[in-house]
Amino acid sequence: MTPFTTATGTGALLALDNVDTDQLIPARFMKRSRSEGYGQQLLHDLRFDAQGAERAGFPLNGRAEPPMVLVAGANFGCGSSREAAVYALVDHGIRVVVAKGFADIFGNNAQRNGLLTLTLAPEAHDRLAARIAAAPGAGITVDLAAQTLRCAGLAPVTFDIDPVAKRRLLLGLDEIAETLQDLAAIERHEAAARAARPWLTPRPVGTGTGTGPGAG
Amino acid sequence: MHDAATAGPRTLVEKIWDRHRVLHRDGADLLSVDRHLLHEGSHHAFDRLAAAGLRVRHPGLTFAVADHYAPSHPDRAGPAQAVMIDRLAANTARHGIDSFGLGDARRGIVHVAMPEQGLTLPGTLIVCGDSHTATHGAFGAFAFGIGASEVAHVLATQTLWQRPVPMMRIAVLGSLPRGTTAKDLALHIISRIGTGGATGHAVEYAGPAIAALSMEARMTLCNMTIEMGARSGIVPPDAVTFNWLAGRAMAPSGADWAAAVADWATLRSDPGARYGRAVTLDAAEVAPMVTWGTSPEHVAPVTAAVPATEPDALDYMGIAAGTPIEGLAVQRGFIGSCTNGRWSDLVAAAELLKGRRVAVPLLVSPGSEAIAAQAEATGLAGIFRAAGAEWGAPGCSLCVSMNGDRVAEGERCASTSNRNFRGRQGPGARTHLMSPAMVAAAALTGRITDARQLPRADLSEIAK
Repeated sequence: MTPFTTATGTGALLALDNVDTDQLIPARFMKRSRSEGYGQQLLHDLRFDAQGAERAGFPLNGRAEPPMVLVAGANFGCGSSREAAVYALVDHGIRVVVAKGFADIFGNNAQRNGLLTLTLAPEAHDRLAARIAAAPGAGITVDLAAQTLRCAGLAPVTFDIDPVAKRRLLLGLDEIAETLQDLAAIERHEAAARAARPWLTPRPVGTGTGTGPGAG
Repeated sequence: MHDAATAGPRTLVEKIWDRHRVLHRDGADLLSVDRHLLHEGSHHAFDRLAAAGLRVRHPGLTFAVADHYAPSHPDRAGPAQAVMIDRLAANTARHGIDSFGLGDARRGIVHVAMPEQGLTLPGTLIVCGDSHTATHGAFGAFAFGIGASEVAHVLATQTLWQRPVPMMRIAVLGSLPRGTTAKDLALHIISRIGTGGATGHAVEYAGPAIAALSMEARMTLCNMTIEMGARSGIVPPDAVTFNWLAGRAMAPSGADWAAAVADWATLRSDPGARYGRAVTLDAAEVAPMVTWGTSPEHVAPVTAAVPATEPDALDYMGIAAGTPIEGLAVQRGFIGSCTNGRWSDLVAAAELLKGRRVAVPLLVSPGSEAIAAQAEATGLAGIFRAAGAEWGAPGCSLCVSMNGDRVAEGERCASTSNRNFRGRQGPGARTHLMSPAMVAAAALTGRITDARQLPRADLSEIAK
């Protein structure tokens, strides 16, 4: 995973609550492999009309460069667990999403792809949103180590972040490799669990009886 | 909470969590996974595994099924769907994972088929790269959806890192009125607390209205818990659970069964267990619910009018504020999905459809091959066909619209699925979520209709 230390760019305001992952990446694009990229499909049906033309006025359209920060409302990333929603944001060039709240699974997915998800104090959020609306070209710098967000024309704001997420993002850690260092502990746990509840291990196929759905 | 050193009363989820804790570090727990469920969307995770040169650590605890891309009708799917299904077959074969592919009698939607096979058991920790994994909580399992990176992590380690999860208790008193279902209850709860009302929480259901629910109704309710923003929903296991599981192909049997039930019977929250949030509702207030907008929280009883609070959503839906929900013309209906594609859902719809004809196209996609086979054997499928409905093959079908099934732009669809998001059923599609009986009623009249007003056939001979 690409480490996140600092990022600089502009912001875009998507002033909507409940931006679901079906909006972020419509299901019909999810057959793509990771290497094909998802950036062009980000928010596809909001960005483009049925003929494939850009919708004028949509915050990601008509820009010289893609934004580095996306600012949105409450419950961002709700719905389907599809990690492609994060791929679409990252591939589009977005490094930071600032929202009034994030859906649970989306936040987990973001953290594992180097996408920083921030929730600011309500007044700070509103000031940032208003500033981006008024001056879309205003420069924004996010410093993860210092936990600060600076937007030209506004006082710097600090943000909270879970220390584990911060460390993972800063170092771009490979979580699987880290966990496998604890393989001995995992094996011990599994052996104890099997001894305590041997029936938990599924029996081989074809040894059972009824498979009917039943109405119970 | 969840600190191994903490004594005192625990919730059911905390007890399951404690059973699965491998180690605690930096404020997070490494939890072992009992069942890892896969579908075609797992291709990113398999790619990641291949890139790292890793193998699947416990293929015997991993089960796959083709559902998201499985066509409900062969003519509607193309080569792209076949590629996804073949990719799952190749990935699972390479790693020795039991996979229910096309043609397998065990196949179905992952959250329907895996419980049917007896793989979903009380007290287990179950994950799947699908948000509706919350469904399995109906059995007293701690079950939740994860993303592709976490799927790769579970494939490689059979574990998952989890930060402590806040607990929420939703108690439902009284009993559901005639003509209302678990779907209506779920939408009623969402109407009260919103789609962010349980964000990140492990929801535990309690109260007499919950205990009275059938196993399938509990699955519907836990399934929709994700639409409240929750990580999981759980119903404490009881005799309803045990009776449903007895004799399932991969459930414990013989002496194992007795030992398992003895263990499961202890799976209860302790008196005095603490919840960060608690909500109490009266089931008597539940009415047949219908969504009118583009979020599950845009929902009201069928007897209500559309409010003026969400102009963007109403614009997308093509509805004026103040319009009565009942009477809205629909162009098609859909019965199926991991929310409402089970046996009792189909029976509830067939009770209205028997001996009548639909006014608009109705697609029925049973939740699994087992349900489809039972419907053929009992004549239930024939009732749908005689009513003019299309009886499709099992799969995610029109709920997820990545398998060839699609609602046309601007069309209004009465649907038993779980999400009325913009474009969920196809670009420009307008989705109204409701129960199976309500979809049957809408299909019969061509309008959103209060199913309580229509006669129902007695299908008790078929349904038993």
